[in-house]
Amino acid sequence: MSKTYDVIILGAGPAGLAAGLYAGRSRLDTLIIEKGQDGGQIAITSEIENYPGQLLEGETGPSLVARMTEQAKKFGAERISDVIKSLDLSGDVKKVMGNKGEYLAKAVILATGAFPRPIGCKNEAKFVGKGISFCATCDAAFFEDFEVFVVGGGDSAVEEAMYLSKFARKVTIIHRREELRAAKSIQEKAFANPKLHFMWDSVVEEADGDELLSRMVIKNTKTGELTTVEADEEDGMFGLFGFIGLLPNTKLYEGAVDMENGYIRTDDNMHTNLPGVFAVGDLRVKSLRQVVTAAADGAIAAMQAEHYISNLK
Amino acid sequence: MLELDKETFEAEVLQAPGKVVVDFYGDGCVPCAALMPHVHEFAEKYGGDDLKFCALNTTKARRLAIGQKILGLPVIAVYENGEMIDSCVKDDATPENVEAMIKKYA
Repeated sequence: MSKTYDVIILGAGPAGLAAGLYAGRSRLDTLIIEKGQDGGQIAITSEIENYPGQLLEGETGPSLVARMTEQAKKFGAERISDVIKSLDLSGDVKKVMGNKGEYLAKAVILATGAFPRPIGCKNEAKFVGKGISFCATCDAAFFEDFEVFVVGGGDSAVEEAMYLSKFARKVTIIHRREELRAAKSIQEKAFANPKLHFMWDSVVEEADGDELLSRMVIKNTKTGELTTVEADEEDGMFGLFGFIGLLPNTKLYEGAVDMENGYIRTDDNMHTNLPGVFAVGDLRVKSLRQVVTAAADGAIAAMQAEHYISNLK
Repeated sequence: MLELDKETFEAEVLQAPGKVVVDFYGDGCVPCAALMPHVHEFAEKYGGDDLKFCALNTTKARRLAIGQKILGLPVIAVYENGEMIDSCVKDDATPENVEAMIKKYA
């Protein structure tokens, strides 16, 4: 029989790591399970400007996450790399089934976050890794002196476009509306960047090319007019990066906890409809999905989990 | 694991006998760094005379990578007779999928 933890946290993004830190400090026997890299979305974010107390210069997603991971470890949270296949969250002892084994806990905190929303154009899947990307920090270097297009108009899209402009010859933001949604301070920097260009009222309809992305069809959202963008003949390729929001990583919990459009419903204290099961960060129904709100969710859930466990005894 | 560069890739991968697994990674690629320890583990487990394990930092070999039609990381690829015969790219490059691919050639 495997050991029963006090609390298992699924996901090691800011929400999960903050929950791990608070649970560890409360001396709860804590296990964090992550399938990939610590940090989740923030681990592939080039620049972060709005987390209180962060470094004012040169803070990247990975550098912030590295400190969060250290902090959670310092207070004793155990961490395992595994992919979760199924869960049984209904009983007093929650069961989490992974590839490497079965894990048991009195309480579970769901912190599996979200993943990038696809661009939604024809042939998209075929060109991911062949010109289409959702990770500027992973793939920017391939496009040094090439042309790059960024889909989106929010903070992430504009920040990542500016990061890409350090590598690419020219970066064009393709946005479905006629003005950006990004914070004004970010917009000011973007409009002052000579490498950044804008294609307003536009969406990508189709991606194309031989093996590598070299052609795409753009649709004007107002007129419906279609135009084709071709790679410069000498280049023979271009990059297309998508930053148009996120989709929640909640497939595993379908039918187990209450959801709304794929996001998990909680109360103000992160309780789901199941006793001892909490949801935190980007995967829950909330108005603002940021590192700071994810971390706050994690802290609240850990304290609520402690309260729940002490009432079990 | 043999660390390649743009000078040694040709001889160690394209001209090499047997099958070669290449871990294409890059500076600043966090998913690559998270995957790498797993690939090292697979190298220990499945590596041998007929299946060699190598890694290439594409940040220092950009043109070479583009020549191999790689524009997104991480990529774990299997080569035989100078050709890429199989690969796991980006989100598909989970430790689980990579191991399943390697097992086919081990």
